[in-house]
Amino acid sequence: MTETTDAVAAAIPTDIRPRLFRRLMRRKTAVFGAAVIALVVLGAVFAPQLAQFPPDQQNFDGLTLEGAPMQPNATYWFGTDLLGRDLLSRLLYGARTSLIIGVVANGLSILIGTAVGVTGGWQRGWVGAVLMRFTDLMMAFPALLLAICLAAIFQPSLWIVALVIALVNWVQTARIIYTQTISLAERDFIAAERTLGASDWRILRHHILPHLLPTLLVWGTLGISITVLLEATLSFLGVGVQPPTPSWGNIIFENQTYFQSAPWLVFIPGAAILLLALAFNLVGDALREEMDPTQKGRG
Amino acid sequence: MKLPHLLLGTAMALALAGPGLAQEEQLDPNAKPGGSIVITYKDDVATLDPAIGYDWQNWSMIKSVFDGLMDYAPGTTDLRPGLAESYEISDDLLTYTFKLRPGVKFHNGREMTAEDVKYSFDRVLLPATQSPGAGFFGSIKGADKMADGSATSLEGLTVVDPLTVRFELSRPDATFLHVLALNFASVVPKEAVEASGGDFGHQPVGTGAYKMGEWLPGQRVVFQKNPDYWRAGLPYLDQITFEIGQEPVVALLRLQNGEVDVPGDGIPPAKFQEVMADPEQAARVVEGGQLHTGYITMNVTQPPFDKVEVRHAINMAINKDRVVQMINNRAVPANQPLPPSMPGYSQDYAGYAYDVEGAKKLLTEAGYPDGFATELYAMNTDPNPRIAQAIQQDLKAIGINAEIRALAQANVIEAGGAGNAPMVWSGGMGWIADFPDPSNFYGPILGCDGAGEGGWNWSKYCNEELDAAAQAADAMAKPEEAEARLQAWSAVFEGVMKDAPWAPVFNEQRFTMKSPRMGGADALYTDPVSIPINYDYVYVTDVQ
Amino acid sequence: MWAYLLRRLIQAVLILLGVSFITFLLLYVLPADPVRQIAGRSATPQVVESIRRELGLDQPFLVQYWNYLTGLVQGDFGRSYLQKADVAGLIASRLPATLQLMALAILFELIIGLGMGVAAALWRGRAVDSVLMMTSFAAVSAPQFVVGLLLLYLFAVQFGWFPISGYGTFSHAVLPALTLAITGSGWYARMMRSSMIDVLDTDYLRTARAKGLSRGRIILRHAVPNAILPIIAMIGIDIGIFMGGAVVVESVFGWPGIGQLAWQAIQRVDIPIIMGVTIVSAVAIVLGNLLADMIAPFVDPRIKLR
Repeated sequence: MTETTDAVAAAIPTDIRPRLFRRLMRRKTAVFGAAVIALVVLGAVFAPQLAQFPPDQQNFDGLTLEGAPMQPNATYWFGTDLLGRDLLSRLLYGARTSLIIGVVANGLSILIGTAVGVTGGWQRGWVGAVLMRFTDLMMAFPALLLAICLAAIFQPSLWIVALVIALVNWVQTARIIYTQTISLAERDFIAAERTLGASDWRILRHHILPHLLPTLLVWGTLGISITVLLEATLSFLGVGVQPPTPSWGNIIFENQTYFQSAPWLVFIPGAAILLLALAFNLVGDALREEMDPTQKGRG
Repeated sequence: MKLPHLLLGTAMALALAGPGLAQEEQLDPNAKPGGSIVITYKDDVATLDPAIGYDWQNWSMIKSVFDGLMDYAPGTTDLRPGLAESYEISDDLLTYTFKLRPGVKFHNGREMTAEDVKYSFDRVLLPATQSPGAGFFGSIKGADKMADGSATSLEGLTVVDPLTVRFELSRPDATFLHVLALNFASVVPKEAVEASGGDFGHQPVGTGAYKMGEWLPGQRVVFQKNPDYWRAGLPYLDQITFEIGQEPVVALLRLQNGEVDVPGDGIPPAKFQEVMADPEQAARVVEGGQLHTGYITMNVTQPPFDKVEVRHAINMAINKDRVVQMINNRAVPANQPLPPSMPGYSQDYAGYAYDVEGAKKLLTEAGYPDGFATELYAMNTDPNPRIAQAIQQDLKAIGINAEIRALAQANVIEAGGAGNAPMVWSGGMGWIADFPDPSNFYGPILGCDGAGEGGWNWSKYCNEELDAAAQAADAMAKPEEAEARLQAWSAVFEGVMKDAPWAPVFNEQRFTMKSPRMGGADALYTDPVSIPINYDYVYVTDVQ
Repeated sequence: MWAYLLRRLIQAVLILLGVSFITFLLLYVLPADPVRQIAGRSATPQVVESIRRELGLDQPFLVQYWNYLTGLVQGDFGRSYLQKADVAGLIASRLPATLQLMALAILFELIIGLGMGVAAALWRGRAVDSVLMMTSFAAVSAPQFVVGLLLLYLFAVQFGWFPISGYGTFSHAVLPALTLAITGSGWYARMMRSSMIDVLDTDYLRTARAKGLSRGRIILRHAVPNAILPIIAMIGIDIGIFMGGAVVVESVFGWPGIGQLAWQAIQRVDIPIIMGVTIVSAVAIVLGNLLADMIAPFVDPRIKLR
């Protein structure tokens, strides 16, 4: 490959955007995914307008005299939870939690992962070696146990949960970025730039990072679904977002003992989690296929 | 037993000398020996070492494998001699002499002697054992030296002869006989402890009604009848199987199928209503009190809870009826630290009535007309986060914004002990009495002793006047002073409520469900010291 | 080959050293005092201090870590603070349940995942394909606890085909294994599909098919061997994940595996158990990866170990 063709290639991501969008819109699965994401975002943004009740209001008539939750009915469309709160209102506000954590935690983990991966791949000295050995080490951790321990140490809140997830999840990104950076760094045009006396920083900014953009975009989307799931799992185990802040995971955690007599309390939020994670997966997968048609599936 | 005449003779001789005397065993005339039952639990049995086991699940199991010098009559909180045949208390209340039952055998066949009693107490008090029960024996002379490692043998416990032991106390202690009935005071055989290679907890050998059969960790524990048990005619059952890893919901289904006799974790909340609505099933549910109180602690050393008006306001702000409703009415609202079934409970004490307006007024008087922000710690297992949220909503109604910190048990205990937690909801870590005596609800959780760094007095409340009154009450160790002592304790707890370091919320009720074939008095199924049931005295009705 | 193995093993040891150090450090700074858990609520400060001394928890951090490490090197995982039993024994007693669940889960994963992948590739571009691929994405997007509770609700509670929870017979293991398999099978399906398509697209096979070679033969002879490498790699990864990561499924189904042991230990800061499980899982993850890398050259001679 010559320098010029690669310079052109480097510029592609910005140029391709409108066309990429149009191509994505031709994929039914991507449209479906995007629609679900849009719906959840709208629900989260307009939760105060859409919800009929404040999400943590324990309604007096929301429990039976024996303390059981109400089935879906005219007042409470999705029924009530074990504290007599309106499930629909909690789901709407819970969407905020899921999205904030999904975006923030994944953003953070992409940031850490990229920093580590690029440094490791570019700085082939001891700094890079140390970083990559540390990445190997992190990969050997049982992720869920690590997340639970971290959550216990920092005492969970919305932002802490996001941070914990980022601390556990950056490793995958770092590995992929590392491999790509190495292969980029070995290419002729980079070597040429170097002999011309370009600074490391300049090469990174103008040549490496633009080439990494498609990967980051794909991982930025796919990663959100992993993050959403991990948040739900931590909340399900009781070490996630603190009550009464609703999250789709902790709604299930709080109500799971009733899953036989009040299955809606578990399966409605469960379906919500699945749909959101699926949506990000579909869009991410479509992005990958559009940007890198040679790569198929995970293997 | 082997020597009935001799036994009777000794007992009579001692009856003249001392107040304590072994009574004749009352056997249930309807009981038939034989048969086996199945009990279920979700969590694994941690240990059956009497020096270590300290949760409600293994507490009753250990009671059935081991015995101590003292014991409780089944289904009651009445003390009676256990391995001791009789005892004698000196006039200065500082010396307790116990005559042991002769001919009591350990499960390994060896006869129990006074040396075993000595060994067992030394073992519990040695720091190497790491027994959570060591603190209970503080009134025995030399217990402190054991704790700091300067002694390896308990000074205040002497073997007088093979069947006599003598305890010397450093101060009169009205609870001493109760302390001797704790599992930590169980008698264990030295050779079996040593043979277990540090794992006595999984290979227990005692003198109790049942001996260890099979133990498959995470799956089941099987108890076999001890044919040589020293209480003639007991136990009735040949075998008890504890099945582990069974969700309460599964346990209930299996009970309905006739595969399980008693679900150890009780009736699952989500099924409670359904069970109680069915007369046939409800008839097999035995309800009883429990020596438990669920409460909120308020850290009195920090503003705003340093103001007594604020603490009163909190007591008035909580809608306890609603909290009770939320947990399916499986508790009764509480107004004082002691539960109703505890001796010393004040029947006439009115407590703080639910009064939102009154609470707001008190807050204004205290200088918080607009309320304040604080934190409420709670354990993160169901239903505690829910209860914390119900409390949070009640506090909001009087302007207090309590942020919930739902954490693992260990983290809450740490925060409470360090004094970092303004408020703690006690659920899941709450106080279930170790022994049925009011003093057990004071020292570590309300007294000055527990208020130090790391102590379980999470309010950090220390009223020296009440502490002195409590000590005076516990020095009333003469049997004839018992009534006056309980009254003194009632006064102490009413004094506590005046200062209101706690907001008592409810006392849990026990609902034990049993299979149709289970026999024995209802009291055995709500035994205050054996949860869920008293294994030694229950029987099945379908044996031939 | 041997040099490679040696290097990988040294690497693995260093990784495990790092994992043990970081976990030990995390547990050391945990805002919860294990001694309070052991001593219980009635302990006097004196008793608390004597237990702390007894366990060596009054020592500086590095000394504690060194003591742990020297024990570990001799195969001593320490003793559980609360159960007062050897951690190695406690983990070993949970191992059969964990291994049983893992084996069954991987088997189901292969059946479901490979089946879906093959079917999707054979009907590529048709409705079957898109439905299957959508399903595979839904599977990887589903939280384990939701799938678990759903299977429990349908097949145990409603239909009563399987026991609700517990351990013992084969039928106890089906639902928890299925839960793990469903949430993991999506990756296998996608991978199988793409490697099938690679093979089906080769000119050689187009001719073979045109000549009337049966579908079954094509799949068995060509497509499956082509996919075997990534499958082995994925199994290696799964072994690592399932060893320490089945916490959720085990807690939904009351399965007495290592995950439950760890989860209960975390709740009560039983540090030796948490350390033990973390190290055992890390070993499984490292070995799983190593195994996958080692087998690769035997399956595909083009790959050389470096």
